[in-house]
Amino acid sequence: MSSIGTGYDLSASQFSPDGRVFQVEYAMKAVENSGTVIGLKGTDGIVLAAEKLILSKLHEPNTNRRIYNVDRNIGMAFSGLIADARQIVEIARKEAANYRAQYGVSIPLKYLNDRVSMYMHAYTLYSAVRPYGCSVILASYEDKEPNMYLIDPSGVSYGYYGCATGKAKQSAKTEIEKLKLGQMTCRELAKEAAKIIYTVHDELKDKNFELELSWVCQESDGYHVRVPDSVYADAEKAAKQAMEADSESDTEDM
Amino acid sequence: MFDPMGAPPALWHNGPTPGGFYNFPAIQTRPSEPITHSKSPVTTATSVIALAYDKGVVIAGDLLASYGSLARYKNCPRILKVNENILLGASGDYADFQYIKSFIEQKIIDEECIGDNIKLKPKSLYCWLTRVMYQRRSKFDPFWNNIIVAGIQDGEPFLGQVDKLGTAYTDRAICTGYAAHIVLPIIRDFLDKNPNPTQAEAKALVLKCMEVLYYRDARSFSKFQIGIMDKEAGSSIEGPLTCEENWEIALVAKN
Repeated sequence: MSSIGTGYDLSASQFSPDGRVFQVEYAMKAVENSGTVIGLKGTDGIVLAAEKLILSKLHEPNTNRRIYNVDRNIGMAFSGLIADARQIVEIARKEAANYRAQYGVSIPLKYLNDRVSMYMHAYTLYSAVRPYGCSVILASYEDKEPNMYLIDPSGVSYGYYGCATGKAKQSAKTEIEKLKLGQMTCRELAKEAAKIIYTVHDELKDKNFELELSWVCQESDGYHVRVPDSVYADAEKAAKQAMEADSESDTEDM
Repeated sequence: MFDPMGAPPALWHNGPTPGGFYNFPAIQTRPSEPITHSKSPVTTATSVIALAYDKGVVIAGDLLASYGSLARYKNCPRILKVNENILLGASGDYADFQYIKSFIEQKIIDEECIGDNIKLKPKSLYCWLTRVMYQRRSKFDPFWNNIIVAGIQDGEPFLGQVDKLGTAYTDRAICTGYAAHIVLPIIRDFLDKNPNPTQAEAKALVLKCMEVLYYRDARSFSKFQIGIMDKEAGSSIEGPLTCEENWEIALVAKN
């Protein structure tokens, strides 16, 4: 890597001569090492899905979650260093609580996104700290309007109809682009999200993974919750079927 | 809290400044401003009545908030559904109640965010509120309220009261304020004769008590709310309901 040995990658507060901040780029590398996380915006809400890589068979299911609640109607999914991301979850919850204490209503996602992204950005400015090694997706459903943002370790954030981060974000994005996001409901999207997570999962490199699915939509009364067991089972079944159909057509080609 | 428009927060602090002299933690020799406390409530709400029946609880309070004897605000609800397990009612300073309400609601949201579907139980909230109230009285700045926590825990109805000093007790029937003097004897008398009332009997009794209270308590009001939590039917807050009133007797009692 061009950065190594130059001395410009030792601090987040120093540019390299060609105008880059290597510490931030390293943080993004940390994100690319972790499981894929996607968010899909439908007509009636948002679905978040995460590929949680299981590093040890001794782990219990449903631990080390990758999707959290920030407020009743706001969900956060992340990829990257879990401990870093949990701190972002804490901050986001504090910001949401603070906004509610000040204004008496739940925080609009636009403002939460501003506050959290500025917080992450602040950690790219000083030599005494390192940037956060995680990307987070914020999702909400407020006044019948779904909103979704993705924040990078640099503090940059954009609103999205569909977004992906983590190991297989490129192939996940390609899959998401095939969907007609503007016309699909969350029930349909839950299946699609599961399919995408299953297709982009690299069986050779990572053996086991657990699918996490949550949504914030009309069906969940605007609350951000993990999808009901029946929806989860359907989505997982659809994903596995799609995988089988895929591998069958592969063998036919041969 | 982090202000996105202002300066970024100090990320590296509490240490000596590089190249500077070490500053001992600022020792305040004198307080900059005298500390002030409110010594009495301002906008007050009158009694709350609560009664446990065989399968649940009933709690009621009127909608009035007064400035002393002035009936100032006539639509101030103070029966609160905290979650599926808990109803809460408060008399005393309405602003303090609103503040308590806001941090209880935030506490519930914080617990919902954990996502384990474990809900706060009435005894826990009751116990926690005794600590909150006692802490504030120990700062000589009490929350000027009597709070009744009502709910169902482990299939049993629960009622508990906490006052502004943090003193607390539980009972089958609890009243705050003026109702503790004039209504509680009525309820106790009723419970002596009928120790396990049904929901309908309990509700009818509470309605009757609200009427008695409206006639007898000069700080009360005819519009009120009634909250019911039932083991089987779940919980609801009804209202505003209105007392039947008849002041014919006033003509007889003139002078």
